[in-house]
Amino acid sequence: MSTLVQERTTVQPAPARAPRRRPGKRTILLAGAAVAWLVGFLVLHGTSTLTLPASELTDLHRSLNQFNAWVAANRADNPVFLYVFTPLRAAVDAVANVFITTFAASPTGLRLPEIGWLGTVGLLGWTAFAAGNARVALLTVAVFTFFGLQGLFLEATYTFALVLTAVLLTLLVGIPLGILAGVYGRVAKVITPVLDFMQTLPTFVYLAPLALVFLIGPASAVIATVIYAAPPVIRLTAHGIRAIPENTREASDSLGTTGLQRLVTLQLPMARRTIVMGINQSTMAALSMVTIAALIAAPGLGQVVVRALQSLDVGTAVNAGLSIVLLAIVLDRVTTAASRRADPAAARNRRVSRRTRYILLGITLVLALAMVQLSRTMLWAAAFPKDLNIGPAIVQTVAAASQWMQTNLSLFTVSFRETVTTGILNPFQSLLTDTPFYILVAVIAVAAYALGGWKLAALTTACLGVIIYLGLWSDSMVTLAGTLVATAVVMVLGIIFGVAMGRSERVDQIMRPLLDAGQTMPAFVYLVPFLGLFGATRFTAIIAGIIYAAPVAIKITADGIAAISPTVVEAAVASGSTPWQVITKVQLPMARQTLALAANQGLIYVLAMVVVGALVGAGGLGYDVVAGFVQSALFGKGLAAGVAIVFLGILLDRMTQAAAATPVRKIPTTRTRTT
Amino acid sequence: MKKAGLLLKRTLPAMAGAAAAALLLAGCGSASVNQVNAAGGTSETPCGTVNVAMNAWVGYTANAAVYSYVAKNKLGCTVVQKDLNEQISWQGFASGEVDVVMENWGHADLVKQYITDQKVAVDDGPTGNEGHIGWYVPPWMAEKYPDILDGKNLNKYASLFATSESGGKGQVLDGDPAFVTNDEALVKNLNLDYKVVFSGSEAALIQSFRTAQQNKTPLLGYFYEPQWFLSEVPLKKVNLPAWTPGCDTDAEKVACDYPTYKLNKVVSKKFQDSGSPAAKLAKNFQWTNADQNSVATDIQGGMTPEAAAKKWVDAHQDAVKTWLS
Amino acid sequence: MNSPDISVRNLWKVFGPGGEKIPNNPELSALNSAELLARTGCVAAVRNLSFDVAKGEVFVVMGLSGSGKSTLIRCLTRLIEPTSGEVLVDGKDVLQAGIAELRELRRRKMSMVFQHFGLLPHRTVLDNVSYGLQIRGAAKNERYARAREIIELVGLKGYERHYPDQLSGGMQQRVGLGRALAGDPDTILFDEPFSALDPLIRRDMQAEVIRLHKEMGKTMVFVTHDLSEALKLGDRILIMRNGETVQCGTGDELVGSPVDKYIEDFVSEVPRADVLTLKWITRPVAPGTPGDAPVLSSRTVIRDAISAVMRSSCPVLVEDAGKITGQIDRDSILSVLQPVEAAA
Repeated sequence: MSTLVQERTTVQPAPARAPRRRPGKRTILLAGAAVAWLVGFLVLHGTSTLTLPASELTDLHRSLNQFNAWVAANRADNPVFLYVFTPLRAAVDAVANVFITTFAASPTGLRLPEIGWLGTVGLLGWTAFAAGNARVALLTVAVFTFFGLQGLFLEATYTFALVLTAVLLTLLVGIPLGILAGVYGRVAKVITPVLDFMQTLPTFVYLAPLALVFLIGPASAVIATVIYAAPPVIRLTAHGIRAIPENTREASDSLGTTGLQRLVTLQLPMARRTIVMGINQSTMAALSMVTIAALIAAPGLGQVVVRALQSLDVGTAVNAGLSIVLLAIVLDRVTTAASRRADPAAARNRRVSRRTRYILLGITLVLALAMVQLSRTMLWAAAFPKDLNIGPAIVQTVAAASQWMQTNLSLFTVSFRETVTTGILNPFQSLLTDTPFYILVAVIAVAAYALGGWKLAALTTACLGVIIYLGLWSDSMVTLAGTLVATAVVMVLGIIFGVAMGRSERVDQIMRPLLDAGQTMPAFVYLVPFLGLFGATRFTAIIAGIIYAAPVAIKITADGIAAISPTVVEAAVASGSTPWQVITKVQLPMARQTLALAANQGLIYVLAMVVVGALVGAGGLGYDVVAGFVQSALFGKGLAAGVAIVFLGILLDRMTQAAAATPVRKIPTTRTRTT
Repeated sequence: MKKAGLLLKRTLPAMAGAAAAALLLAGCGSASVNQVNAAGGTSETPCGTVNVAMNAWVGYTANAAVYSYVAKNKLGCTVVQKDLNEQISWQGFASGEVDVVMENWGHADLVKQYITDQKVAVDDGPTGNEGHIGWYVPPWMAEKYPDILDGKNLNKYASLFATSESGGKGQVLDGDPAFVTNDEALVKNLNLDYKVVFSGSEAALIQSFRTAQQNKTPLLGYFYEPQWFLSEVPLKKVNLPAWTPGCDTDAEKVACDYPTYKLNKVVSKKFQDSGSPAAKLAKNFQWTNADQNSVATDIQGGMTPEAAAKKWVDAHQDAVKTWLS
Repeated sequence: MNSPDISVRNLWKVFGPGGEKIPNNPELSALNSAELLARTGCVAAVRNLSFDVAKGEVFVVMGLSGSGKSTLIRCLTRLIEPTSGEVLVDGKDVLQAGIAELRELRRRKMSMVFQHFGLLPHRTVLDNVSYGLQIRGAAKNERYARAREIIELVGLKGYERHYPDQLSGGMQQRVGLGRALAGDPDTILFDEPFSALDPLIRRDMQAEVIRLHKEMGKTMVFVTHDLSEALKLGDRILIMRNGETVQCGTGDELVGSPVDKYIEDFVSEVPRADVLTLKWITRPVAPGTPGDAPVLSSRTVIRDAISAVMRSSCPVLVEDAGKITGQIDRDSILSVLQPVEAAA
């Protein structure tokens, strides 16, 4: 948070609105904290840094290691396993296997999908038509056929089947929970921190324990995916219900509705659009998690990517990555089309009448069923023809391009990396890791007090206390340094591209698909070429974080800029402002709240990539998590590191939120002073 | 209720479709081309299904590919390969998801948990391969600085290996976190002016060595053989004080090189007791580093593992016969 | 006046922590709003209100924004839970009613029309109007038949299949009105129903309410911040300020004898001749007035008496219930008209 603190101290005195105002208490506190930090760093450099070498453990870590043994000892006879975990696993496996057998590969016979590739394409296309419209149906058919052409039909349908299972379970759990949270404020209060925790906890952290409890295979993968994918649909369902205008709710109450009547006639229909948006987001989350779950033997595209990464096969990784992006596009477009259909306004503006639509649906269903039937009788329709395979061509092209980049650009990229690392990253990291921990804790607490009062100061101190207790202070500071540097870059990108997109419709149209791809392409895919360009360093990890987080920050900024009332911009232009003045004097200041939100989200997203960054040299907490995942001796430390990441996330989130909220509160006070 | 009705109306076609599809499946379930064509193949397998864990490195893939090829084509087994890391593979012994691990590097902790304590897995004898772990440099360095291969001279070259990641000291690059490493202790106990930096994955390590050789930049890192990459870039091993029995008992005081690993196979207890011919094959499987490297190199050169295995098996019919007898 | 349809007794609504203690605490309940807020952090939106609404009466609650009038009307059916007091409907205290009883009251006795319509955007006009009937379990045919009648009554025939966002504001409010009428309640509550509408449409809708009141004779409680609307519709008007009653009476009582400066300011711009009846300007019969002078009822609005008085060569006599109560002349008429003209 030190960048935030520093930004704040420099920004605070700047506003020219009230030049005579003495620096506020907050500014003095922040400046004081910064000075204390610097002095502490210079004088006590290198003492009390709480460093713990990567292969060493604390007693806490050792006792967490016992979990492993406990599970092994209890699997056979503990009632929790007998009556909860084992049946749950069996049930999830059964559901997953139905979809896998239908769309991907049956466990018997030729291991072809039960309804063949042609049947799968037809039936899924028809479903897309029924839920959405003809356009998304065509898209579905085209993409699934393309999977076949890529030589990845089996892998893609495996992934699809797992996503389908996970999304079904997610909705089964998520929508009722979301409704409860939407209807009862108290439930929402209890559930929100749990959801925050679920979303910040790095996926690697619970993959290992889940695999331990539920054993490897589809069940663990699906359960891990549900944990990861449920929060969006829960949040959005609750939000959709809570966002219903008070007057509508009141009107329904005034007619004497019971709670259930209100839910069915008012809350669910009016929240429907938002709920479907939640389903959309959960589906996207599920897809990205199913990919990662390859690490615990989830079959599908993720496995291809992971295997390719291990043999540095960029071409294969990109080919599979392309499939994932395409699958993401299909899932996104179909669920979006479904949500449009859910909108009452759309229901009456349809071009075709309901009857025509039903007739069309009937005809296409017959067609789809014919395709299924064909697949069950003809081998060419059951197994995708092998000679129609453009996969190798894609693989070779990409491999050649990546090779070219690495040979021709790496000298330049390495010197760039060196400049950034020695110029910014190293001094900053050293400032964090070499200052005695107690000074840093005090400095952060003071900064938190300045930004958000006693409550925030207590919260941050508690978070840091937990991190110290976990024995991971030094690693946390390494991670913090990388995270903050990455976030700073993300914000610079966010402002540059966000403003460009917010100001121009055309730039927006060009950028959006790229941003979407950046968000859905699994990080594993682009790590390999980056390794070639930048080597196994913290810098590469930072780049990975930036690629993942920048799209979010850019989108939020662009939306914020675009949302500024055109009259205000018009007024600025009318009074003779240059475009630059419009941006700096009108658009950015007015989008300040949005920028703060972008920074907040950017931080959280960068933090989500800490573990992936560790695979290419980030070290710190991420490395502990990865090592804990693969080495049983480090299991406990990995678990602790995962928890430390969560607390780091809470700390950063609350600090940025407080920093974002305070300037707004300031405005009324300045006004009252001038009047 | 209206809303539920609307929803019903919309999902009804989908449900009807699903129902129709299900009926269709049920109606002609037995007639599917998928099942019919396979019926001939599956009926005469005395062997059943073998679940082979596929650990990531190519040397492993070579072992597993040859084993799978023989089991499938000579014994008629159904072979299911599962891409898993080592830790997770061992968990598979407990769950029944994994029958065979075809190349195991020590892993005393896992041996204790799954073989000694839980008794769900058994040591199935050596693969015949020998594993070496150690510190390596790219070949161009060995040529330019011949004395670098003696660990005693490492401090002399420390500044050469310094990077922005190592804080002024020389850098020792470590790889896959799955491997047990003594490197931090080694640096300390051998008084080396070095810092261990974790690249975080085997891929990162290999890519680093590849780039170092290409651009003639210095690099010192943890590596191991057999490993396919050594046939692309023949890294040179730096000799640290030789391993003697017991010199690495206390992990914090280690001051000697890594031992030579006798790589072995591990199978699940259930699989071993099943009497399947595939279990016997696993027990008898044995070959040399040269054999493994030849297959691994073929795979790395772009051949599918299955094709590479076929090529080796065709050329070594005698060896395969002894495995099967 | 008939027996009251709704009686409100000592009604309090206090927002804020510990608000339930304030009505019973003589010291706190005596404080004014600012002091109360400073002392307790509570806001008393309705303080100690009492009034009766007669059957078939149009009772208007008027006040500026923040006066507590919207809170008051919501307290009547406990859309906002009152802090203390009584609301008697048909002699039963609504505040004591159980959940089921309260629901029954809302379903059959009292319906409400809202300022922002509160229509369900995902339902057609027909479904919106029949919503209340659906809630109380009416069969589909029955409720649609009834809704069609009501839709015709509120002048929306032909729009049954439209959705709210396809209608103008005035039409949306007609749907809101229809929804309230569909359940055939005894009382309809209006919460500033027309303040979101254009002036012309507002006038139409006011006429519509007057017409419906004449046709159906429902009791109506009507909240507004618009004095002219209050005067136009209300049989009686209650003026609220800071949660308290300032004055309660008929329109001409308010204009004719405001109780304090506040009401006086409030009604100062009202064209008095349109509101006041002759009663307010009647003087004792002067000795010279001929006995055969024209006679007008004391309830005649002044504006309607102008021409008669102006035409008459002598003062005009005023009678109430067959008895001569006094006389008026040109000067007394002009005195009412002048201040208005001066103000204009």
